[in-house]
Amino acid sequence: MTRLALTVNGERHVIDVEARHTLADALRERCGKTGTNLGCEHGVCGACTVLVDGEPARACLLFAVQLEGKSIRTVEGLAQDGRLHELQRAFMEHHALQCGYCTPGFLMLAAWFIERYPQADDEQIRELVASNLCRCTGYQNIVRAIRAAADRRR
Amino acid sequence: MKVVGQSVQRLEDEPLVTGRGRFVGNLSFPGELHMRVVRSSHAHADLIAVDAAQALALPGVAAVWTFADVSEVPPIEFRPTRVQGLEPYRQTVLANQCVRYVGEPLAAVFAESSYVAEDAAELVAVDASPLPARLDARASDIEPTVLRKEYGDVGEAFRKADQVITLELSIGRHSGVPLECRGAIARQDPETQVLELYGATKRPHPNRDVIARMLRLDPARVQLFEGHIGGGFGVRGELYPEDFLVCLAALRLGRPVKWLEDRRENLLACNQSREQFHRISAAIDSAGRILGLQDEFFHDQGAYVRTHGARVADLTAGMLPSVYRVPAFRAVAHYRLTNKTPAATYRAPGRFEATFVIERVMDAIAQRLKIDRAEVRRRNLIAKSELPFTRPFQVLDTDLVLDSGDYAGLLEKAQHAFGWDALERELAGRRTSGECVGMGLALFLEKSGLGPTDLAKIGLLENGDVEVVTGAASLGQGVETVIAQICADALGVDYKRIVVVHGRTDRIHKGFGSHASRTTVMTGNAACKAAQTLRARILEWAEGQFDLPQEVLDIRNGELVRTDVDARPLATLRELAGRAKFEAEGEFFSDHMTYPYGAHLAVVAVDRDTGGVRVLRYLVAYDIGRAVNPMLVEGQILGGVAQGIGGALYEEFLYDETGQPLSVTFADYLIPTAKEVPQVEVLITEDAPSPLNPLGLKGAGEAGINAVGAAIASAIDDALGQKIFVTRLPVTPVQIKRALI
Ligand code: FES
Ligand code: FES
Repeated sequence: MTRLALTVNGERHVIDVEARHTLADALRERCGKTGTNLGCEHGVCGACTVLVDGEPARACLLFAVQLEGKSIRTVEGLAQDGRLHELQRAFMEHHALQCGYCTPGFLMLAAWFIERYPQADDEQIRELVASNLCRCTGYQNIVRAIRAAADRRR
Repeated sequence: MKVVGQSVQRLEDEPLVTGRGRFVGNLSFPGELHMRVVRSSHAHADLIAVDAAQALALPGVAAVWTFADVSEVPPIEFRPTRVQGLEPYRQTVLANQCVRYVGEPLAAVFAESSYVAEDAAELVAVDASPLPARLDARASDIEPTVLRKEYGDVGEAFRKADQVITLELSIGRHSGVPLECRGAIARQDPETQVLELYGATKRPHPNRDVIARMLRLDPARVQLFEGHIGGGFGVRGELYPEDFLVCLAALRLGRPVKWLEDRRENLLACNQSREQFHRISAAIDSAGRILGLQDEFFHDQGAYVRTHGARVADLTAGMLPSVYRVPAFRAVAHYRLTNKTPAATYRAPGRFEATFVIERVMDAIAQRLKIDRAEVRRRNLIAKSELPFTRPFQVLDTDLVLDSGDYAGLLEKAQHAFGWDALERELAGRRTSGECVGMGLALFLEKSGLGPTDLAKIGLLENGDVEVVTGAASLGQGVETVIAQICADALGVDYKRIVVVHGRTDRIHKGFGSHASRTTVMTGNAACKAAQTLRARILEWAEGQFDLPQEVLDIRNGELVRTDVDARPLATLRELAGRAKFEAEGEFFSDHMTYPYGAHLAVVAVDRDTGGVRVLRYLVAYDIGRAVNPMLVEGQILGGVAQGIGGALYEEFLYDETGQPLSVTFADYLIPTAKEVPQVEVLITEDAPSPLNPLGLKGAGEAGINAVGAAIASAIDDALGQKIFVTRLPVTPVQIKRALI
């Protein structure tokens, strides 16, 4: 076991992990952040997407011990002061989720994207959405929701 | 304003967008153990010995079980059915003496952490002696049953035929593959001794009864809890070996036991579906009208009969004549076992397959007689005036009566919305200039609202909200919202003030769950009745309390009002709740399913260099009778189309010649991404409300996927300019490349 400090949504968590513990398991089991879901644990589905120092990363492909000193943002950190993030609102308004299992991953991916590329067109948004898997929605409403949130931000 | 028919926002969403989902993997109980299943690595082998000594020696391992530890548990039951011959082929919860597919559970390890459980599972030594694997249902010598459906004089139809068309068609093995893998936690409440199972869904009540029966427990001491579920699609919420293992372990080891499968296990061990081989012949007259159909098919059930018994084969045979007249019909279904993962239902079970087959026949008739594809269909459609239309056989042990519809009308609307005629000319032009593009068309019949009954209990809560307790399950489809909308109108309150309870056996004594597109129809009508009764009770009570005739009393926007004096409020529901207890029940019965229908239209482009197929446009037209929430209906359809595209072009569970599965990661089992799924157009019509329920409802869950294989096949043929090129799904680039060379 190694003791390490993870910074998650601005909070410091001092946890004990084995070298082989993934970031996803550490977040879920040691930090109480179960919002990050696991769909494949081999880097394809993107359900586990979180932001590491502002960049999207697959939490199932990182070991927790790699994250010392980095800042991690998860879906629990999207809403600020009790106010939902515009993406969260857009996902609800545009019916961009059904079972909601893929949703945290898409939200984190899109949160990074609309900040980085506020001018993105539909084609680029679709390209982005193709990074992750959703088995319920057929993606169309996810694209629409991200579009709407990006527009609101502009 | 009525809220039924409005695309209101879902009640389910907020916890799911904020990371507060209660998926089973997010739950934990103090002192829990973690289960890991040791699975067969052989497709077929005699088990000589399973040695757990080394695993047991690992620190943190509490127990390791093999068949000997669970031998008193009977093989897993399937649903009651009239089909004979299935019993000997049920699966035991751990393999006994022989393993019959790669992934079959043969031992279970219980340990302090999931990591340790996995380490220990690796240490279980399995000695097995391989046997030859049966991999082709057509050649398999194990045939538990043969199903037959027949009416009319088929022999005579073929003698009279102007022409006979015969096709050999097959559908590849694929399945629901929800994004959340299966999972379960069992625990025994130390005080009440009640066994609780979390992660349950789909059919909580029937599943509770089966678990109690198989583990010899009092059903009143077994309770199932749903939480959130990351997609169902037919496969999640059926009972699997692992469900019994966690329950038994919680009872025996006296600690909560948690099991979460990983994706590889999910692709090896969760129900697979669809694999069938058809040989179909159509006797037609000179105008392309079908005089008789005869289909013989082989259904690949995999290694064991699972909870659905022979339902998929039964539905395939029963739904095959679809929306067409077909005066004489015979289907013979060979239900066969192979050494592959057991099969069961996947969204639109039997229909994805049957629609592909019958619509290929329609295209073949069109090509043979050089008639337009839509015209051939029109000539064979059951006319509006012929409805209700009875097929003289049963599906799912209910009479097949097509309740209402205007099939030709829908076809016309769909073609119009798609711009079919103009598109036909445009694509012909593009083909002349060298592009490989084409369009396709498929009609389909759905079924929904499977009975026998559903119950709903409704009551006013202290805070003035209304609670509706149902026997339904929520797999992401929006059941809370839809039921709330229905009750809101019936009662006169805002739908946001209605709390819908589902998936809990401790809150209502019976329920048949959510599957077969039944919930909106069955639970919806039950909840509506309950809400109407509640409303009547409130008004009756108010009559005495306020000394006013009922005719001038109403409930509007959550308030009791008198209507004769300018809708003056008399009391809020909260005030009423403080003065008396208001409760009601409603039950809805149905012995017939209701049959929605629709059309899929597609444009595809084939890449000559890669053999890849791109879907350029897609339209689904669907008559739902009455849409409670059009946005959610559309959502169901969009998701279904994406899955259908998977089954038509990408997804397949492949096995090598020894029965080793080749599709065990998301890099091999290809779920379509946003790049493969086009923008989909949806046309929802309400021309044919169901006469079978007061709200006129039909189901929405399976319309999006039903005809995708059929429509894409039709479009690929058109693009390639080849007659019935597509005879097998999924259509792979390799197949197409071969044809283009
Ligand atoms: S769980 Fe990390 S990519 Fe699928
Ligand atoms: S909403 Fe279910 S997987 Fe995306």
